[in-house]
Amino acid sequence: MTATGSILYLDGVSVTFDGFRAINNLSLVLAPGEMRAVIGPNGAGKTTMMDIITGKTRPDAGQVIFGAETDLTKLDEPAIAALGIGRKFQKPTVFEPLTVWDNLLLALSGDRRPRFTLWARETEDECQRIHDILKTIRLGAQIHRRSGALSHGQKQWLEIGMLLAQEPQLLLVDEPVAGMTDSETAQTAELLVEINRTRSVVVVEHDMAFVRALGVKVTVLHEGSVLSEGSIDHVSEDPKVVEVYLGR
Amino acid sequence: MSRLSTRICVALVLGSALLMAALNLYTNAGSPVHVPTYAVSLVGKYLSFAILALAVDLVWGFGGILSLGHAAFFALGGYAMGMYLMRQIGPRGVYGNAILPDFMVFLNYKELPWYWHGFDNPAFAIVMAIVIPGFLAVIFGFLAFRSRVSGVYLSIITQALTYALLLAFFRNDMGLGGNNGLTDFKEMFGLSLQADTTRAGLLVATAIALTLCLLVSRFVVASRFGKVLIAVRDSESRTRFLGYRPESYKLFVFVLSAIMAGIGGALYVPQVGIINPSEFSPANSIEAVIWVAVGGRGTLVGAILGAVLVNAGKTYLTGAFPEVWLFALGFLFILVTLLLPNGVLGMLQSRGKKDAS
Amino acid sequence: MTHLPRLLLLLALGLATAAIATPVSAQPATTTEAPDPFAGLASDSFDDVIAALGALAVSGNPQAGPTIAALQADSLYYGPDQALYIKTDSGYIDARTGKPATEMVEDDLSPVRVNNAVRRAMDAAKGGLDLSSPDPAIRQKAAEEVFKSRNPETISLLDRVIAQESLPGPKAVMQQARAAAQLTEGSGSDPARLADIAILRARGDMEAKSLLGSLHDKSPVVAAATAAAIASLERLEQIWSLAQGVFYGMSLGAVLLLAAAGLAITFGVMGVINMAHGEMVMIGAYTTFAVQEAIRSYDPTLFGASLFIAIPLAFLVSGGLGVVIERCLIRFLYGRPLETLLATWGLSLVLQQAIRSMFGPSNREVGTPQWMSGATQWGGLTITFNRLYIIIFAVVVIAALMMVLRYTALGLRMRAVTQNRRMAAAMGIRTPWIDAMTFGLGSGVAGMAGVALSQIDNVSPNLGQSYIIDSFMVVVFGGVGNLWGTVVSALTLGIVNKFLEPVAGAVLGKIVVLVALILFIQRKPRGMFPLKGRAVEP
Repeated sequence: MTATGSILYLDGVSVTFDGFRAINNLSLVLAPGEMRAVIGPNGAGKTTMMDIITGKTRPDAGQVIFGAETDLTKLDEPAIAALGIGRKFQKPTVFEPLTVWDNLLLALSGDRRPRFTLWARETEDECQRIHDILKTIRLGAQIHRRSGALSHGQKQWLEIGMLLAQEPQLLLVDEPVAGMTDSETAQTAELLVEINRTRSVVVVEHDMAFVRALGVKVTVLHEGSVLSEGSIDHVSEDPKVVEVYLGR
Repeated sequence: MSRLSTRICVALVLGSALLMAALNLYTNAGSPVHVPTYAVSLVGKYLSFAILALAVDLVWGFGGILSLGHAAFFALGGYAMGMYLMRQIGPRGVYGNAILPDFMVFLNYKELPWYWHGFDNPAFAIVMAIVIPGFLAVIFGFLAFRSRVSGVYLSIITQALTYALLLAFFRNDMGLGGNNGLTDFKEMFGLSLQADTTRAGLLVATAIALTLCLLVSRFVVASRFGKVLIAVRDSESRTRFLGYRPESYKLFVFVLSAIMAGIGGALYVPQVGIINPSEFSPANSIEAVIWVAVGGRGTLVGAILGAVLVNAGKTYLTGAFPEVWLFALGFLFILVTLLLPNGVLGMLQSRGKKDAS
Repeated sequence: MTHLPRLLLLLALGLATAAIATPVSAQPATTTEAPDPFAGLASDSFDDVIAALGALAVSGNPQAGPTIAALQADSLYYGPDQALYIKTDSGYIDARTGKPATEMVEDDLSPVRVNNAVRRAMDAAKGGLDLSSPDPAIRQKAAEEVFKSRNPETISLLDRVIAQESLPGPKAVMQQARAAAQLTEGSGSDPARLADIAILRARGDMEAKSLLGSLHDKSPVVAAATAAAIASLERLEQIWSLAQGVFYGMSLGAVLLLAAAGLAITFGVMGVINMAHGEMVMIGAYTTFAVQEAIRSYDPTLFGASLFIAIPLAFLVSGGLGVVIERCLIRFLYGRPLETLLATWGLSLVLQQAIRSMFGPSNREVGTPQWMSGATQWGGLTITFNRLYIIIFAVVVIAALMMVLRYTALGLRMRAVTQNRRMAAAMGIRTPWIDAMTFGLGSGVAGMAGVALSQIDNVSPNLGQSYIIDSFMVVVFGGVGNLWGTVVSALTLGIVNKFLEPVAGAVLGKIVVLVALILFIQRKPRGMFPLKGRAVEP
């Protein structure tokens, strides 16, 4: 296999923490515009995989290639973010002391250097983009609220909004519906599908109903490597998967 | 709210400094409204400390960097000014040497060490009071922030930094007066340091410097830069995933803060008449942190308030009940962190909100 | 062996000449036929006394030793007819026979007079006597004295005692002494001198080196051998001084380790940054002071045991205080490290001032028990006992700490709570109680460290302050949460510090170490032995 034609290409990636192999010879290829669901039991290496892609953890071995030929293992988090890879954390992490507006303003793609932000003024274009996102994430009424005062679900949405504001080519979403109500979960699935129209997405999730609702190709991780891959029906019938994950 | 409190603060600082200067200079000693010169210098000292507190609040309150070594930048600024004042003594020293300060004659120096050159020029000394702390902050901050040293680790190594400087400045070989430091200053810009007009002038200058530092800090924290800084403070890794480089933001604010501290030190030295290595002691840096905590972390104005309140308390207690001072300071640390996490200003604000609702 | 009498005579003369500046060759005529070696002592002439001492030293008379000792103690008296008596607490005894003297009149007695020349002669005579003493330790010591004197006159005496000597230890020293005397004397064939040089080279100490350095042989072979021996001894000296440096470094490392061990628990394991840690150490030192005060006023005989009483007491005082601090202050600040730092700093000020109010601001004198003072020589290494015991104490404390953490139920619970608090709580562990106990343990260890530090540092209210930065550096350098890392780190810092001291001076050395540490932490923020993995991320 080569990296040609993929947006994200992982081959033979391994990482060890104090003798514990968190990721073991992991390979994964994501096509441009694809949405992929990654499932697996606790400790399967899902979050570590995200850490490797976003530059937080360096792999001991293996290739991680973004787009045609960008080697992600050589870059740090801000550089990878600037390339157009956005990440949403499991726990909603918005900047609590800042307002919803400011959170989105900081997330908007643009110059990130101090010498720019020190003198920056909000432009018409920026205001327009923020308003557009606010409409998408349905937080129009909360513009000037401190984001720390939002509800759990609203924070999740604000964080997705911040991801959109970054205008990434690839979105990594870690358990977006944990702690959400059923209707919020359904709305989130809709939102992700909507986002997927223009961007590639990797979703890590436990909630099988949600994964089924997304209706995309599923990768099952187990002990740091790929156990099975295919449609949700395919993997849920795979005996190996049934044994380690679904069977329990 | 913060804009209002800034305005009130600026008015109070400038107004009271001018009023005190005027009452010192233009009333007779017997007059009931006369302000004695020692009080002028005392308040001038408080305001120098307030500049240091502002510097600490900028990095700690907004950048989340708890520096336990900020007094080092303050002291470096002070030493730069002290070197100028030392050169100003000229042949009026005990040994009457026009070039060498007394301590150098005493230690058998034959000529002025190279790093003392230029300090006879006041403009050079003032530039150095800014450049030296700033330069140290650049080096230290670059290394520390690039390798992502943060939290208590950073606090501990800032403390080690000031401790190392303390030991270094105690050495006579440093050529900076060793244990005794620099003192016995005579005049500044050709004006006697004993003169009331000079003292009053220094107080007003300090008030102006403090005001400028406050306005610059306010501009920085209110800008988009300031919002990123707050984001870095609360969730450094999250800002990194957004594509910001927290190390650049921290470095900028750290250096700015070090420069402010240096300015504070440069204004402090002529008003107290001495600078010695004890200014580097880790305890001083931590004391500056508690001024900020008392006033209210992350409010800028609170830092100024805290510096003045705590130091006024210190002046009173060390005079009236010397053995009580350390108890008082110690309990202040404990009580503020336990009971007043937002400081005096935070308490006033929340009470104000309660009244309004 | 027909020459023996003459030899002995020469020997006596040799000892005498060795001891005094003026030769006494005028005296020999009186001693050709089995003379009374004691006779000359009963004289008011210094020269007679000196000659007699020389004769006595080689006489082999069993009373020679006690007589010379009595002269040294100013208790030798002479009476009429050259009678000699030794004054003891229980009366006079006859110096020649060692039996109590009965027929003597005290008023007739005069003390044997002594001046500096006589004293030197006494010492030399004692040395000669000691060389043939029945006690091997005394023989060896006497041989060392002769070695140091490098006196060529002693060669024949040495030959005799070497022949008699059966134990290898004293014999080797005697041979060295002989070699030293021979070489100094300067005659002798090249092979003989080479053999002597080899003996000195094998001795391997500073004395041997300085002696070899004083030789100026014309023969190129001997000169080369001398130079080679000196070079070899210099290498040896370097190795010893290296070993000495390591010992000093280890003792400083042990001090750092003791100061940091408690912190390795409270900061390393619990993550609580306790700026009052140094004050726990200081209170341990003051506990030692209080224990010694109590012993002085109630039972001074217990003084030797004062530290053994102080160690558990300091553990209890500091540990108990630690538990109180945790319950009253620190538990409200979990998860807020910077606030904890400030509050505990405030606490440290309060504790310092409290101790200052109770015990006064100046240094308090903490005594060192007899068994801890003094030093011993081991090869080229000087080992002071207090340093040695502190190293041992540090080892014991760390070993005990590791055992507690690893093998006790408390240790298991501590590790469980620090690794996963909620899980531990869910399993029925009373986490608040464990927190208090862990903090108490760390503080108690700090108190025990204070007992040790009271032996080498000034006990003042500022004692703790001087260790707090170092202690944090040790824990951070070693890798937080790793007790072994703390041990390695303390020893490394101690040794590096001690080796920098001669090069850079004490203060500059410390600055260099601090700056190096700051740079190191910036390169490896998690220390030498970091814990890895996702769990350690904040």
